[in-house]
Amino acid sequence: MSQTYTYPEYAYRQSEEQRSGQVRRHPAVVIGAGPIGLTQALDFAGRGIPTVILDDNNTVSIGSRAVCYAKRPLEIWDRLGVGEEFAAKGVQWKVGKVFFRDELAYQFDLLPEAHHKMPAMINYQQYHLEERLVQACDASPLVDLRWKHKVLAIDNRDDHAVLTVETPDGIFKLEADWVVAADGANSDTRRMIGADFTGQFFQDRFLIADVVMKADFPTERWFWFDPPFHRNQSVLLHKQCDNVWRIDFQLGWDADPTEEKKPENVIPRIQAMLGPDVEFELEWVSVYQFACRRIDQFRHGRVLFVGDAAHQVSPFGARGANTGVQDCDNLGWKLKAVMDGVAPLALLDTFHEERAYAADDNIGHSTRATDFITPKSRSSLRLRNAVLELARTEPFARPLVNSGRLSTPTPYLQSSLNTPDSAAFAGTMYPGTNCADAPIRKNGQDAWLLNQLGQGFVLLSFGPAEPVTVQGITAPVLQVGRDIEDAQGILTQRYDGQPGTVYLIRPDQHVAARWRRFDAAQAQAALSRALKLN
Amino acid sequence: MQLIRTPNIPDQDLFYAELINSQRDMSEAQADMAIAKLALILANHIGDREVLSEAIALARDNTLANAPGDNT
Repeated sequence: MSQTYTYPEYAYRQSEEQRSGQVRRHPAVVIGAGPIGLTQALDFAGRGIPTVILDDNNTVSIGSRAVCYAKRPLEIWDRLGVGEEFAAKGVQWKVGKVFFRDELAYQFDLLPEAHHKMPAMINYQQYHLEERLVQACDASPLVDLRWKHKVLAIDNRDDHAVLTVETPDGIFKLEADWVVAADGANSDTRRMIGADFTGQFFQDRFLIADVVMKADFPTERWFWFDPPFHRNQSVLLHKQCDNVWRIDFQLGWDADPTEEKKPENVIPRIQAMLGPDVEFELEWVSVYQFACRRIDQFRHGRVLFVGDAAHQVSPFGARGANTGVQDCDNLGWKLKAVMDGVAPLALLDTFHEERAYAADDNIGHSTRATDFITPKSRSSLRLRNAVLELARTEPFARPLVNSGRLSTPTPYLQSSLNTPDSAAFAGTMYPGTNCADAPIRKNGQDAWLLNQLGQGFVLLSFGPAEPVTVQGITAPVLQVGRDIEDAQGILTQRYDGQPGTVYLIRPDQHVAARWRRFDAAQAQAALSRALKLN
Repeated sequence: MQLIRTPNIPDQDLFYAELINSQRDMSEAQADMAIAKLALILANHIGDREVLSEAIALARDNTLANAPGDNT
């Protein structure tokens, strides 16, 4: 059906270890070459960890699937060297329109805060994103990406795991110090490990279609509740690259997925929506049932779970891939510190602590949007419709309309890695929060703060400070006014950077601690705490 | 005092979830009854007769303007 995109076919190659029959031990093996597995491998490689990726297929995602990428994942990909390209190629949108029946209920402007390198959100087909991530992995000498490698069994031992892998050349075994399961919502790894994956299934189905059209619809997000062309259900229209549009139709629980997917049933629906004169072609269609579920523990022995393998959300608010990328960001530096023996295993358990907390937050947002879009009872449907009718004239009702909330990072405010504030600060850069970007100048050139933070710990200071070292891990100083210039004052404002202020920032660009004046002993204690050493 | 018509509820998504979750395991008649009681409880809390009259008129006018004999 596809007209705009040719799916690459990646070559299978037999590995040396399979050919020779000599079992090899690898520091890290990632299962699944989707957006999350590929991102995790790039992050590991950036930290010097040689990484093998195993994927049972040999191409990228079929269909657009994850469509919206938010600012924080774009910042993480920028750290990995591909964020600028995604931001440039993706479709940026700001205006959203909400229709109820045959009228506009209201429209909103995302009004993203100015002075960030990355936009609030882009739309970009998952296959484009994966293809670029594959290129980046292929270009890295530390990533060994193996297609047509299906994991059949995992033996989770005390200090490593043994994987039984099937390729076109037969079955062989390989060993891994650490395994990262990024094999999606239907994770075989999760099943093999026997982890619980529980939550809520929604009694509803959605038809998701990519269509190609040269219609002059504006680059806006349009959401309909109960439109005349699809009574009693909801519809979402979103623009992607290459004149591809993404349409989501709510079908109801009684719909037959096999029937609904047939072009002779899909095309009339879309034609009724776009109008009789609009020409379009169907590229891809799929039917989903939504669920919100989370794994019991993100770490099971030597196996760590990231992305949809660890948590599944309904798509409203685009929280699947976005939160998965943040899992990778959280895991990479912790695993590196544990591998190097500078931090205890307990540091890895904070991966569960912080990311399970974020997953629960995401599941909450996603559940609330789904409950608004598909009310579970007649009385909640009536409340929902009351909100929509009021929204047309009453500003108070508009924030209650929930067709999916913009995905934003969950701050780890309660994390055991944080050192609590001992002084008052204005603004929102609490310990556990991801660092806000800010425009700066460096060597007389315009630049961005996040690009200066590096891959490790760093002390961002608005006054004198000295580097601190714990267990061979050094946090160097990035001093405002000496190393970088805050020409516009935005950095100082966002961090309440009164003279003397110092922030200890983690390798994943989250605030670990902050003070009003530098004190080497306090900074050292906070660094130890962020490494789970005290 | 005037009826507040701009957003005034913090954490509005959590408020809305609490509202619809409060009807869980209720029959339709019970859910209707609970909403009617909530209207009366809030009206009593507000107390201000002018504000209440404004709110009543808004609910009536908005409903008649929107719903063409709709039964949801």
